[in-house]
Amino acid sequence: MLDWVIPIAYGLVGLAFVLSFYRLLRGPDAPDRILALDTLYVNTIALFVLLGIDLGSAIYFESALLIAMMGFVGTIALSKYLLRGDIIE
Amino acid sequence: MTESLLSILILVGAIFTLIGSLGLARLQDFYTRLHGPTKATTLGVGSLLIASSIYFSTHNEGLSLHEVLVTIFLFITAPVSAHLLAKAALHLKLKTLAAPPTQDQEK
Repeated sequence: MLDWVIPIAYGLVGLAFVLSFYRLLRGPDAPDRILALDTLYVNTIALFVLLGIDLGSAIYFESALLIAMMGFVGTIALSKYLLRGDIIE
Repeated sequence: MTESLLSILILVGAIFTLIGSLGLARLQDFYTRLHGPTKATTLGVGSLLIASSIYFSTHNEGLSLHEVLVTIFLFITAPVSAHLLAKAALHLKLKTLAAPPTQDQEK
């Protein structure tokens, strides 16, 4: 059962990537693009978790955790820049 | 038994991830768009991480708890980044679908 569920899940997450990329390119404002980037980070975590299950390797969690942290810091820095015009005051 | 539970969790997770991104692409203004990724996608990834935790706990010996770390981190950070993005959007005065406030609400 897992054999055909995982490819379907890959397809669904891939479609989610396409939709987020559409919003990233379309805009129309800066916060929309930042939100799209944040969604792309979360989608990447989903994809890595799926890869980990598919390949049976636990090494993907370390990268998923790193991406989660870097994505959070990036989103906060970009929003702070929009809010204040400066990141570190 | 474990495999069907895993399959259901993986499908639910992938579908919720897709719904979150669909909301991001389809909804009309920024404030409604903020709902999609911060709620649906977080739930989807949480479900996928639970599936992965069950998979590695049953296939290898011993409990696998790395995934819980990612889940907790994601559940803490998603509202914080959504809050800051909403503040940035309010600061930039993005257009909203909500009607402008009436006289009573302004007081």
